[in-house]
Amino acid sequence: MKKIILALAGLGIVFGAVAANANPEADRMKIVNYLEHRNPDVKFDNYVYGALAFDADAKSQYDSIMDFPPFIGVIEQGEKMWNTPFKNGKTYAECMPNGGKMIAGNYPVYDEKLGKVVTFEDLINDCRVKNGEAAYSYSDMKTMGVLTSYARTLSDGMKMNIKVDGPSAQKAFDDGKMTFYKRTGQLNFSCANCHLDNATNHLRSEILSPVLGQAVHFPVFRGGENLVTLQNRFVGCFKQVRQVPDKEGSTRYNNLEYFLSYVSNGLPLKASVFRK
Amino acid sequence: MRNHVSVNTGFALLAALLVNAAMAAEPAKVWTGKELAYDNKMGNCLACHAMPTQADAAQPGNSGPPLIAMSARFPDKAALRAQIWDPTVRNPETYMPPFGKHKILTEEQIDKVVDFIYGL
Ligand code: HEC
Ligand code: HEC
Repeated sequence: MKKIILALAGLGIVFGAVAANANPEADRMKIVNYLEHRNPDVKFDNYVYGALAFDADAKSQYDSIMDFPPFIGVIEQGEKMWNTPFKNGKTYAECMPNGGKMIAGNYPVYDEKLGKVVTFEDLINDCRVKNGEAAYSYSDMKTMGVLTSYARTLSDGMKMNIKVDGPSAQKAFDDGKMTFYKRTGQLNFSCANCHLDNATNHLRSEILSPVLGQAVHFPVFRGGENLVTLQNRFVGCFKQVRQVPDKEGSTRYNNLEYFLSYVSNGLPLKASVFRK
Repeated sequence: MRNHVSVNTGFALLAALLVNAAMAAEPAKVWTGKELAYDNKMGNCLACHAMPTQADAAQPGNSGPPLIAMSARFPDKAALRAQIWDPTVRNPETYMPPFGKHKILTEEQIDKVVDFIYGL
């Protein structure tokens, strides 16, 4: 046991050491290869199920809940929000590339003109502001959360397709990567400690999900009713390890989402899903 | 590197303050070593370690080795205490939190946890 853990820790050093190397594809493949090596029985596409891919009982519970999701009403409310025209008569669909369909997997993108990472939520707010509406707060689950619980379903099945082109994009990616690998806080954890080195291990009764696949299935409904967006989950994990969390939409979280989403390139999107 | 360390310490101090503030609001509780080891806001050892000799060690995690026969594996009790105070000394890449160094537990609480673990 100790040998295994020490060996894993050894890999941790290797992961840390690539920090200076600007090659996102190599970073992604390191993670993919490491997880495939550790979990030879798990098919690549099944990483979208997170921890459930490693617990047959929980997965069958997921399957039956997804047949009749108790949160369908919330998604329908989001659909209504999506279809309700702005005061100027325009709609989200008119404002977004491809009518908002099959695009979520392109986000976050690095916007050279703005000089920052732009998330799908930023795109929604950009539409609102351009059409004379107030932006939603990313941390407000009743507005942004509910709306994206539907808007992201329009991209179901699209494969994650994040690009890192040019030195500025690379910088944002590296910043997200640093947040993922760097230990901080009183408990001295990095995201990688739990979601890579110890992924599929149990923390008490909870199976730790691998980072691969984490970004493709949000929002989630925890316990079938509690709506949680991806960055809202970052807040939760920061608190859990006694780190002072950011607000959703911070530069640090946007860069972290950029890194996390890139890692899941090639996996199919699916919104919105049940989680324990 | 030095910078990195001081940022960590900053977080640790902040977190420690938060914890102390939360504790100050409740009447002071005197914890036993076992309670300290089990409680998920204190040692939370069960998050990562099974304790096979304890019938009430429910739903433990498995990322650390099971804690069993500790007095045989750590004949020197001080080495056991050192492992809990700062496990990064023995293994810089360890995932186990540094309970003493980061003031997650007080010195007195660590002594109690060591006494409890030593009997496993
Ligand atoms: C001490 C362990 C620990 C650390 C450190 C940690 N997490 Fe988590 N995380 C968990 C647990 C436990 C869960 C719930 C089980 C699961 O799905 O993985 C979780 C869930 C998640 C999920 C949801 C997965 C899903 O499929 O619903 C995401 C995303 C996530 N964490 C991201 C992060 C990020 C980003 C960081 C670092 C900033 C981080 N976590 C740090 C323990 C941790
Ligand atoms: C987040 C995970 C985690 C938590 C919480 C944790 N440990 Fe550990 N512990 C580990 C890991 C992993 C190891 C393996 C050694 C290493 O990483 O260097 C370990 C090793 C140990 C060892 C050495 C065992 C051996 O045979 O070498 C002792 C003793 C120990 N832990 C006691 C404790 C006690 C007591 C607590 C609670 C106060 C605790 N641990 C909390 C993860 C954890």
